[in-house]
Amino acid sequence: MPRNIVILGGGTGGTLTANRLRKHFKPSDAVISVVDKNRYHIYQPGLLFVPFGLAYADDLIRPRERQFKKGIDFYESEVDHVDIEGRKVFLDDGRALAYDALIIATGARIVPEETEGLTGDGWMEKMFTFYDAPGATALARAYNEFEGGRIVVNVADMPIKCPVAPLEFCFLTDWYFQEKGIRDKVEITYVTPLDNAFTKPRAASALAGLLDEKGVKLVTEFNTGEVDGPGGRLISYDEREVPFDLAVVIPVHSGAEFVGRSEGLGDALDFVETDKHTLQSKASPAIFAIGDAANLPASKAGSVSHFEGEILVENVIRFLADKELDASFDGHANCFIETGFSKALLIDFNYNQEPVEGHYPTKVGMPLLKESRLNHLGKLMFQWFYWHSLLPGRDIPGINPDMPTSGKHLN
Amino acid sequence: MTTTTFADRQVELTDDGFFADPSQWSEDLVPALAAADGIDELTDDHWTVIRFMRKEYLENGTGPNVRAHGKTSGYTEKQLYKLFPKGPAKVAARLAGISKPRGCI
Repeated sequence: MPRNIVILGGGTGGTLTANRLRKHFKPSDAVISVVDKNRYHIYQPGLLFVPFGLAYADDLIRPRERQFKKGIDFYESEVDHVDIEGRKVFLDDGRALAYDALIIATGARIVPEETEGLTGDGWMEKMFTFYDAPGATALARAYNEFEGGRIVVNVADMPIKCPVAPLEFCFLTDWYFQEKGIRDKVEITYVTPLDNAFTKPRAASALAGLLDEKGVKLVTEFNTGEVDGPGGRLISYDEREVPFDLAVVIPVHSGAEFVGRSEGLGDALDFVETDKHTLQSKASPAIFAIGDAANLPASKAGSVSHFEGEILVENVIRFLADKELDASFDGHANCFIETGFSKALLIDFNYNQEPVEGHYPTKVGMPLLKESRLNHLGKLMFQWFYWHSLLPGRDIPGINPDMPTSGKHLN
Repeated sequence: MTTTTFADRQVELTDDGFFADPSQWSEDLVPALAAADGIDELTDDHWTVIRFMRKEYLENGTGPNVRAHGKTSGYTEKQLYKLFPKGPAKVAARLAGISKPRGCI
């Protein structure tokens, strides 16, 4: 009898996991099913470029099913809940899928309605987000028409997907209005709940320095309690205010709603409680989580899903064979940070090692924590790797799940 | 790292004022810790939140951030800020003698 492997979510983590598992298991050994609520796979890192006219949302979207290898069943449906005891997934349309192993890859979603006032008067007129395609597209129009005033870029609360994207957005905003010749009429302020530009000391100080160099003001420890559209103000819970003419808000994030409806599966924000080294769910040995859906103390970023993929697939195989799991995921993340003017920074880190200077992946690689044109080219090239190498589940030579240390300046 | 005295007891604090060793904490230190953070009167609500933080830390290895706290503690984010105006996650964590809540990155 073939085993049933069910994967919830057909984004980065779900797709690469499905393809890697399909390569390993013969059709007679495993039935692999993927469930997603829609048929469109979006290259999320590309959304950053849409407001600046550097990309179009339509070009970032491809049919989901076309990214799967042959022999993967696709179900287009919302998930109602997981019956953890009964090892079954109940779909919205009433169907139930029994599983021997379940992989949750449903990512994180933005919840703008959770912040008072954000989706009220002014939403998509003077308050925007670039974290989905309609928002990024509407923001492109607003930026194109903007003639001057105060722009605030605000992270409502952590955790968010791609924690460096709001900083990249600030750098590109500076570049965009310089190109337009009206930078002197635009005030840019970055408003964050963190106590610096970023969380880890060396990266935070490098990034705060870049904000300063580019004339972007920094407001820290600001927990957004309310967005007042008509009055043009962000208001924090401790009653501080930041005025704006145009606000770019990264809304709070939650996991998928079905996680909350599945007793014992998720945390307070509906992220799956997951072992940070094996990627096994704490609720059941038959459940695993990958990518943004998991509550790991790692970045919510595509690179993390990529690095997790190999270890996750190994562990699903071991679990189905009653073998001990491989506890080797080290929290490795790797992010390009676009800084404008065709340059970018690169950071590489894991659970224990903060981002530092040096080179990646070895001493002769790309410069770390330092602006360069090479990193910018790397960022642009990555889109090709995403569709042709990462999603199909191919290994990229020289890029391994374990964080390399040989090129890093560790002291 | 600094050594500070609260209620005649020496405790090790990190540079940003969190307990370096959460086992050095006990409830009798809380009034002195609260006073140091500008809270003169500890209400039952303060105590409920502080004990909740302590429990979350012991179970999960980190205190919740304010939003998760608002969803699980029975207090809304607004109420938490009324109780701990300088920031519920950090101040309540200091008072509960636990380490700085992890900023998720």
